[in-house]
Amino acid sequence: MENLIGLLIAAPLLGAAVLLCGGRRLDRVGHWIGCVLAGASFVIGVVLFAHMLALGGEERTLREHLFSWVPVGGFQADVAFQLDQLSMTFVLLITGVGTLIHVYSTGYMEHDERRRRFFGYLNLFLAAMLLLVLADNYLLLYVGWEGVGLASYLLIGFWQHKPSAATAAKKAFIVNRVGDMGLSIAIMLMFTTFGTFAFGPVLASTDRASEGVLTAIGLTLLLGACGKSAQVPLQSWLGDAMEGPTPVSALIHAATMVTAGVYLITRSGAIFNASPDAQLVVVVVGAVTLLFGAIVGCAKDDIKKALAGSTMSQIGYMILAAGLGPIGYAFAIMHLVTHGFFKAGLFLGAGSVMHGMNDEVDMRKYGGLRTYMPITFVTFGLGYLAIIGFPGLSGFFSKDKIIEAAFAKGGTEGWILGGVALLGAAITAYYMTRVMIMTFFGEKRWQPDAEGNEPHPHESPKSMTIPMIVLAFGSVFAGGLFSLNEAFVKWLEPVTSFEHGHSPLSAGAVTGATVAVMVIGVALAWAQYGRRPVPVAAPRGSLLTRAARRDLLQDDFNHVVLVRGGEHLTRSLVYLDHTVVDGVVNGTAASVGGLSGRLRKVQNGYARSYAVSMFGGAAVLIAATLLMRAV
Amino acid sequence: MSQVVNAGFPLLTATAAVPALGAVATAAVPAARRTAAKWLALAFSLATLALALVVLVRFEPGGEQYQMAESHAWIADFGVRYELGVDGIAVALIALTALLIPFIILAGWHDADPLAGSDSGSDAGRSYSWRPTQGFFALILMVEAMVVISFEATDVFLFYVFFEAMLIPMYFLIGGFGDRAAPAQFAAGTAGGGDEAAATQRSYAAVKFLLYNLAGGLIMLAAVIGLYAVTADDLGQGTFSLQQIVQARASGDLDLATGTERLLFLGFFFAFAVKAPLWPLHTWLPNAMGESTAPVAVLITAVVDKVGTFAMLRFCLQLFPEASKWATPAILVLSLISIVYGALLAVGQRDIKRLVAYASISHFGFIILGIFAMTTQGQGGATLYMVNHGISTAALMLVAGFLISRRGSRLIADYGGVQKVAPVLAGTFLIGGLATLSLPGLAPFVSEFLVLVGTFSRYPVIGIIATFGIVLAALYVLVLYQRTMTGPVKDEVRHMPDLRIRELVVVAPLIALLLFLGVYPKPLTDIVNPAVDHTLSVVDRHDPKSDVEPVRETEAAK
Amino acid sequence: MNPVNYLYLSALLFSIGAAGVLIRRNAIVVFMCVELMLNACNLAFVTFSRLHGNLDGQIIAFFTMVVAAAEVVVGLAIIVTIFRSRHSASVDDASLMKL
Repeated sequence: MENLIGLLIAAPLLGAAVLLCGGRRLDRVGHWIGCVLAGASFVIGVVLFAHMLALGGEERTLREHLFSWVPVGGFQADVAFQLDQLSMTFVLLITGVGTLIHVYSTGYMEHDERRRRFFGYLNLFLAAMLLLVLADNYLLLYVGWEGVGLASYLLIGFWQHKPSAATAAKKAFIVNRVGDMGLSIAIMLMFTTFGTFAFGPVLASTDRASEGVLTAIGLTLLLGACGKSAQVPLQSWLGDAMEGPTPVSALIHAATMVTAGVYLITRSGAIFNASPDAQLVVVVVGAVTLLFGAIVGCAKDDIKKALAGSTMSQIGYMILAAGLGPIGYAFAIMHLVTHGFFKAGLFLGAGSVMHGMNDEVDMRKYGGLRTYMPITFVTFGLGYLAIIGFPGLSGFFSKDKIIEAAFAKGGTEGWILGGVALLGAAITAYYMTRVMIMTFFGEKRWQPDAEGNEPHPHESPKSMTIPMIVLAFGSVFAGGLFSLNEAFVKWLEPVTSFEHGHSPLSAGAVTGATVAVMVIGVALAWAQYGRRPVPVAAPRGSLLTRAARRDLLQDDFNHVVLVRGGEHLTRSLVYLDHTVVDGVVNGTAASVGGLSGRLRKVQNGYARSYAVSMFGGAAVLIAATLLMRAV
Repeated sequence: MSQVVNAGFPLLTATAAVPALGAVATAAVPAARRTAAKWLALAFSLATLALALVVLVRFEPGGEQYQMAESHAWIADFGVRYELGVDGIAVALIALTALLIPFIILAGWHDADPLAGSDSGSDAGRSYSWRPTQGFFALILMVEAMVVISFEATDVFLFYVFFEAMLIPMYFLIGGFGDRAAPAQFAAGTAGGGDEAAATQRSYAAVKFLLYNLAGGLIMLAAVIGLYAVTADDLGQGTFSLQQIVQARASGDLDLATGTERLLFLGFFFAFAVKAPLWPLHTWLPNAMGESTAPVAVLITAVVDKVGTFAMLRFCLQLFPEASKWATPAILVLSLISIVYGALLAVGQRDIKRLVAYASISHFGFIILGIFAMTTQGQGGATLYMVNHGISTAALMLVAGFLISRRGSRLIADYGGVQKVAPVLAGTFLIGGLATLSLPGLAPFVSEFLVLVGTFSRYPVIGIIATFGIVLAALYVLVLYQRTMTGPVKDEVRHMPDLRIRELVVVAPLIALLLFLGVYPKPLTDIVNPAVDHTLSVVDRHDPKSDVEPVRETEAAK
Repeated sequence: MNPVNYLYLSALLFSIGAAGVLIRRNAIVVFMCVELMLNACNLAFVTFSRLHGNLDGQIIAFFTMVVAAAEVVVGLAIIVTIFRSRHSASVDDASLMKL
C-alpha cells in the first residue's frame, strides 16, 4: 500500500511531462489527459484513505523510502514520503478540489489556444503540492515548496502577453523567494542543531535544544510561511496574482498553495510549542493579516481582488489558530479544508461571472446577475453564507472554533486575539455581503466595452457548473460533518495533538457573539449597498478606503523603498564597477601605455642619435668607474 | 610514495592527447572543406568524451586518492616530472569538460563560417586570408586538451605550463570571433561601422582577458619558483610533485616558515582568483563573455574558469593548509561580496550576455565560499556546483546565443514577446534560467544548498548573508525572462524562427542532465565525497558537530 | 720616446672618429670614422702591450682587425643595398626602423 504514495505524485507529474513536451499533437486531447491524471491521483488518495481508516489511530502513518537523494557527510537527504492524517487531509483536499478545477478549466479555458499547456502547468502544480505535503523531511518539502512557487509563477503569468500578468508573476515569485530564504535558513539551523532535517528526528528532539535556537527556527519557518501564505509583511503578491486565469486563483491562490504556510506551521508544531516567543509572533502575524486582508477586501471593486483580500484574511485566521498551539492546530486545518471548499467555490463563481461578462472584473459594472446566472448565483450564495459563518454551514463551525480558541489563549492576549477575530468576522460579513450585492442584486450596470460589445450574461456550460455545485455541497456540509462528534479533531489528534482550550467565555457566548457580529456586518453592507444604487464610477471615498484600494499603501512602500531603492543601488553599482573597479585596471593599463608612449619617442630611427646615446652612456659608465676608483 | 603508477595504457594522457590531435587535424583540413572540419572536430570531441567516460567508469571512488597515475621524468635537472593522476573532483570536472565541448562545437556550428557575400566589396565583412572555420574548431579542441591536462596534472610545474598556455587559444577565440546577426539583418546594411566598433570592443576584451590572466600567472610563476627553492633547501632536491610535497609537509620533512607559506599561498591564490574570477578581479569576465560568441562564452565560464576553482581545492589547500586557514576569513568576505555584488550588477545589466557573466561571478562566489568553508558539505557542494554551474550556464548561454543570432542584438531592450513566436526557445531559456536561480529539482539547487549549509554550519552569519543571493538570483533571471520573452510581441521578433533541430540537440541533453542531477545526484556525490574528505584531512578541519545528538530513527518513528 | 704619447694620439684619433660618427651623414664617411675608432683602439692596445711588456694587447689587436674586416664586409653590403633601393647614402634617410 505504501508504494501508492509515490504514484500519487507520479500521476500528475507524468501528466505535466506529457503535456509540456508533447507538442501540438496533443492539443485536442490535452485537457482530458490532465483531468484523467488528476482524477487518478484523487482515486489513489481515496484508496489510501480507506486503507488508513482501517488501521488503528496510532498506526496510520505510512512511509515510503524511495532513494537517497543528497548524501554528503553528515548531510543525508532522502527522497522519502510520509503519509499521516495531516498529509492525508491535504492529499484529499488537493486532489479533490484539484480535479474539480481541472474539469472546470476544460470549460473556462476552452477558447484559449494554449489550453494544453495550461493543463500541463496545473498538473505540475498538483505534483509539487503533493510533494510538499508528502515529504518526510524539510528539504524535500522545500522542493515542493519552490515547485508550487514555480507552478504559481507560470500560471499567474499564463497570459504573459499582458505585461501586467508577467509583472505579477515575477513579483509573486520574488516575494516568495524572500520567504523561501527564511525556510532555507530554518533548514540550515535544523541541520546545525539536530544534524538532520527529517520530520521524525527533529520534532522528537525539540526538548533537548535550547529555546533560543527553537525560536530562531520558528521565526524563520514563519518567514517562509508568510511568503507562501501571503501574510503580512509578505502579502503584497497575492492581489496581483489575480492576473492569472480564475481557475488558478481558485486552486492555487485560495484553496491549496497559499495554505501551505499553515501546513508548515502545523507540521512543525513541536518546534512552536517549545517556543512561546515564536508562537506569539505567529499569532500577531495572523491577527494583523486577518484585519489587513479584510480591510483591503472591503475597498476593492475588482471581484477577484476582493476575494483575494478575503483569502488573505481567512488564512490569517488559520495562522492565528496555528499559533495558539495544540488548542488551535486542528481548527486551523479544519478551517483550511472548509475554506478550501467555499473559497474555491466563490472563485469559480467569480470565474463563471467573468465568463459570462466578457472577462469584466469590476463589480461596479455587474449588478442584478442573479436572474441571468441562476446556478452561479446559488452556488456563490452558498459559498457566501459559508464564509460569513452563517449558522449550520461549514465556515460557521470552523471559524467559531478558532474564535473560541483565541479567547482560550488566556489573559489579555486572549481577549485581544478574540476581539480581533470577532472584528474580522464582522468585516468578513461586510465585504462578502458587498460583493454579493454588487454582483447579483440591484440594477444591471453593465455597459458596452471599448469595442462596443454589449456583454450578454449567460449561464456557464455544465463542465463549469458541476464543479461549482460539488464545491457548494462541500461548503454547506463539510463543517457539520467534521464537527459531528469532534470527528476531525480526533482524526488529526495523533499528529497535531489536541487540548481543549479553556475559554473565559462560554462556548455559547462566543457563538452568540459571532453570529451577532456577522449580522451587524451584513446589515451595514446592506445599508450601504443594498438600499441605494451602486455608482458605476467609484466614489472618492474616505482616506481609509483610498488607502485600502491601494493595499493599505504597502505596495507604494515596496515600490519606493525596494524597487526604486534597488534600481538606484544597482545602477550606481554598475557605474561603480565601470569607473572604480574597472577604472583601476584600465588606469593601470593607460599609465603603462602612456609611459611607453613617451619612451618610444626615443626610438626615432636616426642611427646617429642612437650613437649619441651610446657614447653618452659609455662616457657616464667611464665617469662612474673613475669616480668609484677615486672614492 | 603511495601512488600506484599505472603501467598499462596511459588513459589520462590519451584523454588529453585526443583533443590535441584533433586540433591539429582540424586545422589541417583544406580551406574549402569547412564542413568536413566541423565534423572532424565533433568526432574528436566525441572520442574525448568516450575516453572521459572510460576514466569515469574505471575510477574507484573508494580507492587511492590519485588514480590512473602516470609518472615520467621530464626536466630532470629541475625535478620537473610529467605526473598525472585524478581524484574524484578531477574526474567529475574532466567529465564535465568532455561533455560540454561537443555541445559547444554543435552550438557554434555556424559561428565561424565566412560571412555571406564577404567577397563582394560592398559588405563590411573582412575577407579572410586564413581559414577561420578550421581555426575556430581547432582552437576549441586545443583549449579542451589543455583544460583536461590541467585537471590531471599532479606536478605543479606541469600544471602551471598548461594553465598559462590555455590563454593563447582563448585569446584568439575571444578576439577573433564575434557575434553576428542572421544573414537577413546583415543584408539590411546595419552592420557597416558597427562591425568595426564591435571588432575594437572585441580586441579590447581579448587583450584585457590576456593581460589579467597573464598578470595572475606571472605572480603564480614567482610562487612556483619559490616553492621549488624551498623544497630544494629542505629536501635536498627540489621537486614540483604535489604528492611528494604534501607528504613531506605531513611528515615534517618540509617545514615552511609561516611568512613564506603565506606568501606562496597568496601567489597561487591570486592567479586562481583571477581565473575564477573573484571580486575585485572580475572585470575581465563580463567583457570577455559579452564580446565573444555564446559558445566561446560558455567555454570561458563553464570550462576554463573551473580550472581556477579546481586549483584552489587541489593546490592552494593541499600545498598550504596553514596559510589557507589563515586567509579563510578574508576570502570568505571576498566571495560573499562576489555573490551579492555579482547578482546586483546582473540585475542592472542591459546586455544579455553580460548579465549571464555577472550571474556567473555570483555563482563563482558561491563555489569559493564552499571551498573555504572547509566543511564536507561546503566543499562537496562546491565541487558539484562547478559541474552544475557548467551545465546550467551552458544551457542558458547557448539558448541566449541562439536568440541573439536570430535578432543580431545583445540588448535586452531589443526583445519582447519572444515566447509567443518561439515557445520552445522561450521554454528552454526559462529552464536554463530556473537552473541558474537554483530551483529545487534542477541540479544547481543541490549544490547551492550544500554550499549554504556547509558555510552556515561553521559561519552562520556569512551563510545567512549568502542566502540573500537566492533572492537576487530570482530577480535577475525573471527580469531577464520577463523583458525578453513576455509582453507584447515586438515587430523585429515577429518572424523569429523557433529552435532548429541542431539547436534542440544541443539544449535537450543539457536540460535532461540538469533534471537528472537535480533528482539523483548520488552518482556524482559518491565520486566526489572521498576526494573532499581527503582534502579536508590534509587541511585538518572537521565538520562541526550538531548541538543535539539526533534521536535515532527507530525512536523517532514510534 | 714616451709611449704615453701614443695613448694621447689614440685618444685623439678616437675622438675624431666619434665626432665623425655623430656629425657626418654620409654612411661611407660614418663607416670610415668607425674604422678610425677601431684603429685608435688598436693603437691603444698595442701601446699597452708595450707598456706592460706582454703580448696580450697585440693579440687582441689582431682580433679587432679580424672583427673590423668582417664588419666592413657586412656593413658595406648593407650600405650598398640601401643606396640601391633609396638612392642615398645618408644615414638619416634610413630611419625606417623605428617604432
